[in-house]
Amino acid sequence: MPINLEIPKKFGMLVNQSHQVATEVFRPNSRKYDIAEHEYPKELDMLAAVIDGMNESGALGGAGAGGVGGGPSSENGSSRDAGGNRNGSNMASLLGLTELCWGDVGLLLTMPRQGLGQAAIAAVANEEQLKRFGGKWAAMAITEPEAGSDSAAIRTTARYDAGTDEYVLNGEKIFVTSGDRAELVVVWATLDRSAGRGAIKSFVVERDNPGLKLDRLEHKLGIRASDTANFVLDECRVSKDNLLGSPEIQTSKQGFAGVMQTFDNTRPLVAGMAIGVARASLDRTRDLLTEAGIEIDYAAPPHVQTAAASEFLSMESDWEAARLLTLQAAWMADNRKPNSLQASMAKAKAGRSGTDIALRCVALAGSIGYGEGELLEKWARDVKILDIFEGTQQIQLLVVARLLLGKSSAELK
Amino acid sequence: MATEQQNLAERGMAVGLRALNRLAASGLVDRFGLRQPTERFLHGASKTTMKTAARAGRTFAAAQQLTKPARQPRAKRSDLFDLTPDDEQQMLQESVRDFAAAKVRPAAQAADAACAAPVELLAQSNELGLTMVGVPEELGGAVQERSAVTSVLMSEALAHGDMGFAVAALAPAGVSTALSLWGDADQQATYLPEFVGENVPAAALALLEHRALFDPFKLQTTARSQNGGYVLEGAKSLVPRAADSELFIVAADLEGRGPVLFVVESSTSGVLVAPEPAMGIRAAGTGTLSFENVTLPAGALLGDGDPDVYRECVQLGRLAWCALAVGTGQAVLDYVIPYVNQRTAFGEPVSNRQAVAFLVANIAIELEGMRLATYRAASRVDQGLSFDREVAIARRLCAERGMAIGSDGVQLLGGHGYVKEHPVERWYRDLRAAGLMEGALVL
Repeated sequence: MPINLEIPKKFGMLVNQSHQVATEVFRPNSRKYDIAEHEYPKELDMLAAVIDGMNESGALGGAGAGGVGGGPSSENGSSRDAGGNRNGSNMASLLGLTELCWGDVGLLLTMPRQGLGQAAIAAVANEEQLKRFGGKWAAMAITEPEAGSDSAAIRTTARYDAGTDEYVLNGEKIFVTSGDRAELVVVWATLDRSAGRGAIKSFVVERDNPGLKLDRLEHKLGIRASDTANFVLDECRVSKDNLLGSPEIQTSKQGFAGVMQTFDNTRPLVAGMAIGVARASLDRTRDLLTEAGIEIDYAAPPHVQTAAASEFLSMESDWEAARLLTLQAAWMADNRKPNSLQASMAKAKAGRSGTDIALRCVALAGSIGYGEGELLEKWARDVKILDIFEGTQQIQLLVVARLLLGKSSAELK
Repeated sequence: MATEQQNLAERGMAVGLRALNRLAASGLVDRFGLRQPTERFLHGASKTTMKTAARAGRTFAAAQQLTKPARQPRAKRSDLFDLTPDDEQQMLQESVRDFAAAKVRPAAQAADAACAAPVELLAQSNELGLTMVGVPEELGGAVQERSAVTSVLMSEALAHGDMGFAVAALAPAGVSTALSLWGDADQQATYLPEFVGENVPAAALALLEHRALFDPFKLQTTARSQNGGYVLEGAKSLVPRAADSELFIVAADLEGRGPVLFVVESSTSGVLVAPEPAMGIRAAGTGTLSFENVTLPAGALLGDGDPDVYRECVQLGRLAWCALAVGTGQAVLDYVIPYVNQRTAFGEPVSNRQAVAFLVANIAIELEGMRLATYRAASRVDQGLSFDREVAIARRLCAERGMAIGSDGVQLLGGHGYVKEHPVERWYRDLRAAGLMEGALVL
């Protein structure tokens, strides 16, 4: 079939429903939980229940709430054409998520039962684990005070206790999104600090485990509706059955590469978040420009239009490039094409363009943009995290550059 | 006081320069042996301003009449997002790619210097069917359905060889596509057989005019009705293959109706050409085309003077330039990767450093954004959807990001990028065209 970069009609309902949630539930609560940081957005409980219901009925096409890794990775809503081309759950998730983030990215991140931990569980859990943990609200604890992007350098240890058949976790974890509110925390720890990446494993820790101690909640630049927790793991004991994947220390890099591969699916989703926030900024700015009497003409050259119109066209172009790169990465994931390069390209472009666009919109809108009377300034604060988590801009560029240039991480540091 | 002094100083310098200029023009130049270079300069200056009659060209005549114009049908629409070219597109893409790599790239530097594309290579490029892709099958075209995407893929592949050559080779294709899309039965019967035959005429679209802040919707080239026909006055800038072309499609403001397109044979009295070499795309042999009291028959008006036809023509031209920028950008990326891996400094490949490696990564990222935006616009053309916004976006990306890629390409080679031993300096010059050219091509 011919090359086509339009959104398939079958996703129309998903996009529409997500947009309604964004408009009716997220936007009215945006400012409230930006100000009341750390307060639980109780409005989301009812919404989450509705979304669970929709998931079960398949109404969302297996996309969850468009949430990160939300819902079972079913083939629902995935269709192929005669040539075998597929538009499936990766694209559906991306589209739903983008709409919800047009509403509010902070609230999206704290949606019950969504969250990155569930993606890790879905990717590597065995059947018994899926039964126990599937559908629960899971957070992801990777970062440590001394190990951010360099996740191979983590120091949290997991010691096997043969007497009780348990692993004993010790260490410190920071920046855990939804760490306080989630039911489960997926903790990365090493079985042997001298054995490198192959010894790093992930463990599912129940939030009420007494060894998992909440240290504090962060006060942040944006996404304040979403809690960001710091934990201390102090002789934290978990059943050996809570280890995800193989318990063996891998000598090759295979095991760690497997963990990193979940990023190929999640990076386009975070890129989608940036696209959603940036579009919120663009939509509002477009309205303000129209009110100010600025016309935007897609046929006249930018240099014969006003500076404001030209600025808007420039932002819209960058936004579209980011959006299409992200769709490409998701489409490749749906079609089981290796997409590490495209996933990182999308994340790099959407992260930086999203931030750039939101900030330029604030400037164009003047005091309307900068003041708390509108949400433009909030979006400009919220969007910045999307150029940082799930791999910073610089990490994405490293991934892209290494793949293009055929370099190892030892050669291109 | 300070500013006044500065102004005086500046004025003094200007007076000095003027004096120097007079001196240079006087008999003193002979005493210092400067006559020859001066004459060479004067010769060059007169060459660029001297207009000559456009090419005499062949006689275009309809061998058989058509009862109605033929149009390519639209391709079937797919509801699914898909980035895979179909089999026919892959085949065409492959053949153009091979030709670009084997023939075009090796000839690019010489063509750039000569301000002309090699005649034999142009003939070979016609064999690839470039001028036939946009022509309906019943008129001898090569492809069943209208496909701007196919044209984008072929243009991109050709520009990977050389942008200037691609412009020269694709200019006649633009004219055949325009006649196929908007020509009436007589225009199609008269001109299209030549474009699907053995001896494809050089031809080009002429929209751009010679002034700053040019807007294709506000033209200074004018046409007025006279004796049932039209009289054309004005000039067009940077027309590819201006001196060789036998047929032009010319944009002019038709009194009382706004911008329209005319089919103009080069042999028409009052059609004059002059060389207009530019910073880049020199292989395209760009020239100024001017019209001094040119009388055209009533049948010269294309597309009934419909404003939508003109607008579409402008946008499809921009899309063509986007495709060329994407191909040229890819050429830059493909060239710098092995270079930075092989070039060593401080005992290791320069690509081991983030400052270099990140530049390469960003070229790839922005290039892919340009490409996808261009494909999207083309696919909307094929699907019969609106495409003004999508073309504007693709053009903006290709103008800004494309130029940045050209600049980074030179930068990554350092001093070696600045000399003609490597093609990156040519791509730098060529890529500037994508953001300012209007018309010349149509997809």
